[in-house]
Amino acid sequence: MTSVDTDRPPDAALVRRPARVRVLWLLVAVLVLAVLMVASVALGSRDVAWSDVWAALGGADGTLEQAAVAKRIPRTLLAAVIGAALGLAGGVMQGVTRNPLADPGILGVNMGASLTVVTAVAFFGLTSPTGYIWVAMAGAAVSAVFVYTVGSLGRGGATPLKLALAGAATSAAFASLVSAVILPRNDIAGGFRLWQIGGVGGASYERIGQVLPFLVAGLVVCLLSARALNSLALGDELAAGLGERVAVVRATAALGAVVLCGASTAVAGPIGFVGLVVPHACRLLVGVDHRWLLPFSALLGASLLTAADVVGRIVARPTDIEVGIVTALIGAPFFIHIVRRQKVREL
Amino acid sequence: MSERTDRHSSAPAVTRPSVVQAVARGRRRSASRRRLVVLILAVLVVAGFAVTLMFGQTFYPPRDVVRVILGEQVPGASFTVGRLRLPRAVLAVVAGFSFGLAGVTFQTMLRNPLASPDIIGISWGASAAAAIAIVSLSLGGTQVSILAIVSALAVALLVYTLAFRDGVVGTRLILIGIGISAMLESITSYVLSRAAEWDLQEALRWLTGSLNGTTWEQALPALVALVVLTPVLLAKSRDLSAMRLGDDTASALGVRVERTRVTVIVAAVGLIAFATSAAGPIAFVAFLSGPIAARLVGAGGSLLVPAGLVGALLVLVADFAGQFAFDVRYPVGVVTGVLGAPYLVYLIVRTHRAGGSL
Repeated sequence: MTSVDTDRPPDAALVRRPARVRVLWLLVAVLVLAVLMVASVALGSRDVAWSDVWAALGGADGTLEQAAVAKRIPRTLLAAVIGAALGLAGGVMQGVTRNPLADPGILGVNMGASLTVVTAVAFFGLTSPTGYIWVAMAGAAVSAVFVYTVGSLGRGGATPLKLALAGAATSAAFASLVSAVILPRNDIAGGFRLWQIGGVGGASYERIGQVLPFLVAGLVVCLLSARALNSLALGDELAAGLGERVAVVRATAALGAVVLCGASTAVAGPIGFVGLVVPHACRLLVGVDHRWLLPFSALLGASLLTAADVVGRIVARPTDIEVGIVTALIGAPFFIHIVRRQKVREL
Repeated sequence: MSERTDRHSSAPAVTRPSVVQAVARGRRRSASRRRLVVLILAVLVVAGFAVTLMFGQTFYPPRDVVRVILGEQVPGASFTVGRLRLPRAVLAVVAGFSFGLAGVTFQTMLRNPLASPDIIGISWGASAAAAIAIVSLSLGGTQVSILAIVSALAVALLVYTLAFRDGVVGTRLILIGIGISAMLESITSYVLSRAAEWDLQEALRWLTGSLNGTTWEQALPALVALVVLTPVLLAKSRDLSAMRLGDDTASALGVRVERTRVTVIVAAVGLIAFATSAAGPIAFVAFLSGPIAARLVGAGGSLLVPAGLVGALLVLVADFAGQFAFDVRYPVGVVTGVLGAPYLVYLIVRTHRAGGSL
């Protein structure tokens, strides 16, 4: 922990440089995100001249090229927004559970959201997009509580191993239930299979508009709990000693993360590993202070998902690879790297 | 566990013959209970097998079924029973037995009821390879099996190598397996979503497991693998039981831990790979069989054969139910997968009550 709040001169001298480094990284992160978003608009299965890109950004969609670019703009925005939400949710979950392997995908939260959405669509004729989001958030919340309860039973509380196993088993069970629900319903199966992989292909301004209020709410809750998460990192007893109401903090922060996960899953399907990779990378850049870590996780999450979407579009021309698959291919090796680095007793 | 108690009580038992008698009686009772459970399970599997052959869209009396199995030509039954139902039922038993046996092997070795091969990635290795071979490379038959086996072994080797750091620790191996299976699962979904003729039923074979349209060509390799590999695992069952006490205790008892582990892993992975290349990764059978068998048999003794029988029974019943119990024909993996969810809850509640740890 870097002791930012101290005012003794030697410590102040020590923290000033990291602070400068952080601001530098912040600028770099914003720049990277901007570059990636421009690349995401300019690159794709169709080669488009820069003049057309500029024209389309100005609102023109007369030619085929301009129309293609006009469709990439909401897609880029959605990827950035969802990435930010997932990166932030991952950072908060890792803080709340004090668990380096916490990720909405691994903990089965995204699959829980899928299950409730599919059930609501198949049995209750749910069609309204806002309804999707509410239902997905309910599913995310229930499965988050469920997996955490399973994972923290018994000796040693919620160890990374128990949480990951509980998440994997729950995901597998939910996936079977999802198959059982969609199998008799050919009418929804076709549309569902692409959503299930996790992608931002069908983005539109309308969908972004629907999900944005939820994401903003989740973002605010998560960022506001950053300071409390710092105390929580010291352990429950110490945090309580510092005057934090541990249970309340944990519940509030988790609620924020669940809102973010549920809303993202509702529009983009279950996308895994963004919430795992991003906070770890951010810790290397800006340290463990959640007040820096969480906004950074959002920024880097947006960059990662935008980049994954661009890569998916370029690699498999003329079709594209769904962003959920790209993140799994990047994220799983990273997950393994973290596991290998941990000492055994911490697992 | 009772074996260990026996060893501890053997020293004072010289002076207290009643203790020896009590222990001997207890052991006899648990051994006879185990024999009884195995017998009942075996009878149930045979009964389920027979029912699967007789019932369906049309009913064939046992006499016809026996005549078909003996190789006689029976109008109608020869095709329906001999070509459609028999390979399917055989594969159900073989795949179920393979998954149950391999599952309990991994659970015992890694000392964790959640650490079954379907959760730590091995089934996904076989499944991803089979999906790629069939959908992308348009291969068939033996080539698919070979690819699935090579890939499952490669995944197991990869997981084992990545988990190796001053020896393999179970926890690290499980976590790395989870990471690998997430990756393989998304590769499988990608391959399936790009199939020209996307068929949900066919896709579900590789995502959750299915016995629909089983042919002898698919069933036979799995049967051969089961016959060859089961003795290998059974021969190692004593060492495996010792390893339940922990690696250190096991090596103190004279078990060559690493060697046993490698042999057992290769045999169990082989079983999984052959079964998966024929039937897909039938969800949760490997995960459920061991704990169910443990509940039935009670403490002590090897769980390998009971778990295999439980697996076979699970797949037979689930497949039959999936075909005829609902309006829609569900592949077997969907049925077993749905069964897995309540079991998970039960596992949690029981563990919680016992104050233990998963």
